[in-house]
Amino acid sequence: MTSSDLQQLYQQIILDHAKARHGFAAEPFEPLASGSAEAGARHTAESHQVNTSCGDEVTVRVTVEAPAGQKPDRIEDVVWRGDGCSISMASASVLSDAVRGAPAREARALLESFREMVRSRGAIEPDEELMGDAAAFAGVSRYPARVKCAMLAWVAFEEALLLAEAS
Amino acid sequence: MMMSSADATRLAPPRSLSDEEVVGIRRDFPILGQLVNGRPLAYLDSGATSQNPVSVLDVERDFYTRQNAAVHRGAHTLAFTATEAFEAARATVASFVGAQADEIVWTSNATEAVNLVAYSFSNASLGLGGEAASRFRLGPGDEIVVTEMEHHANLIPWQQLALRTGATLRFIPVTDDGALDLAAATTVVGPRTRILAFTHASNVVGVVNPVAELVALARAADALVLLDACQSVPHLPVDVAALDVDFAVFSGHKMLGPTGIGVLYGKADLLAGMPPFLTGGSMITTVDMHGAQFLAPPQRFEAGTQRVSQAVALAAAVDYLSAVGMERIEAREAELGRRLIEGLTEIPGVRVLGPTIGVERIGLASVDVAGVHAHDVGQFLDEAGIAARVGHHCAQPLHRRLGVTASTRASTYLYTTTGEVDLFLATMREVAPFFGVSR
Repeated sequence: MTSSDLQQLYQQIILDHAKARHGFAAEPFEPLASGSAEAGARHTAESHQVNTSCGDEVTVRVTVEAPAGQKPDRIEDVVWRGDGCSISMASASVLSDAVRGAPAREARALLESFREMVRSRGAIEPDEELMGDAAAFAGVSRYPARVKCAMLAWVAFEEALLLAEAS
Repeated sequence: MMMSSADATRLAPPRSLSDEEVVGIRRDFPILGQLVNGRPLAYLDSGATSQNPVSVLDVERDFYTRQNAAVHRGAHTLAFTATEAFEAARATVASFVGAQADEIVWTSNATEAVNLVAYSFSNASLGLGGEAASRFRLGPGDEIVVTEMEHHANLIPWQQLALRTGATLRFIPVTDDGALDLAAATTVVGPRTRILAFTHASNVVGVVNPVAELVALARAADALVLLDACQSVPHLPVDVAALDVDFAVFSGHKMLGPTGIGVLYGKADLLAGMPPFLTGGSMITTVDMHGAQFLAPPQRFEAGTQRVSQAVALAAAVDYLSAVGMERIEAREAELGRRLIEGLTEIPGVRVLGPTIGVERIGLASVDVAGVHAHDVGQFLDEAGIAARVGHHCAQPLHRRLGVTASTRASTYLYTTTGEVDLFLATMREVAPFFGVSR
């Protein structure tokens, strides 16, 4: 009795990521030391986001690496914790796979493509080559109420990345 | 054992609504006849907001078509007839809950009604209202008592009142089963308790709390009692005078009425001593540049232009409920509630929150599905045309106490069919297999 739209929303790849939770930190985060920048090299920051309509929450912690004397460039690590629906958990899992090790510029481009796709109300066919597992969230765009779920970790990532770069 | 016919009459439970009668009732609710996602809507979210019968919609439209005017001001004919309609609505709602008309204060919703009482207390604590308001003054050493089962609307206003006055907020805990811990209540409610605020029926676990027992505790402590009746007044006969509570709050949109109107009931002698919450026009007698004299209740608490069409429409909703009969609605929902609970407890991996047997309940059930988040359950139900509530239902502390962050709630009303309950149960059976967590 389940419709093809629902099958599109809950693709196997999403259900798998929701269970596997790549990048999920097993232990609660220790508070970040203020001014956590270790002389010149790595900067870590985090962002906590809550979907007030359903209580889903996610904290994403981003570590960027800066070559000596330069602006941070590469995303060294992304870890997260949170609790929520399969869409929000799978999205955080896919995010951490997709951006870990990537140049910040590429991660931001992916973020924009992802945002555009899930907000497109079904109008945008994702480039699977470019987006990888993130393309599986195209089905979310037909469910406007779930866009927030899909975006939760990405919004946290966006903010944490800015904070890490600025720290 | 044989019973005489007189015994049978006395012992017979109130006659429920038959399935055929429910079909007739549904004709009065056009919104229920639509398709959602290509399937007939099964509306199981009346605990959040109920639907309006045509009579309520017609009355509101008719008011705007023929009678609309500001009330309690102006000398023209429409102003007079609108005021009459507004006050007649007050009398209708008062008599529905066993109150006098001047004990009914219109508010925007039940949340505002709780805030009205809390802010009146805090204004009294600042010295407003003079000696007449002395019993509403709170300070350090005084205690406000709520329960762990409360909707946020009957929790946060009291937290804030405690912060403003220096009083202490305490709570009656919930047992592992999800019922109020009445043994603990006897130690929580004590000589320092100034007000006890609790819900009549839980919007999450559906239990009907023992009002008489809790009121007795409060009386022994010389404390006031506020009853959150949002989930009881729409679903069972409630007589606030018989319950002997000092205040009760409920909302129009949960009882077939419009949004934008709620009710505060307060005993006349208490309202008379309370300083106002919102101030401005319509609640004063004489005003000069330095101060004002206030009207008697209920007008003292109804500042500004009133929700006249909503009041008139709420009275039409009350008339509709009265015509069907609250005893019969209660009996019908008890049947639907049992059907829900029995069906849900048989589904592997589904846990019904709260006590399920041996307690009085209203016709709703909240469940946790092992391994599937409530939001996903809700999406799956929506695809089948079922409107259920998912989330924490504005009761985060209770969910935390029961070990979950969110749940899925189905709530019934007088227009709910057994077929809708059965569809919900059948769809719930498919949830775990779809999400790959069935064992």
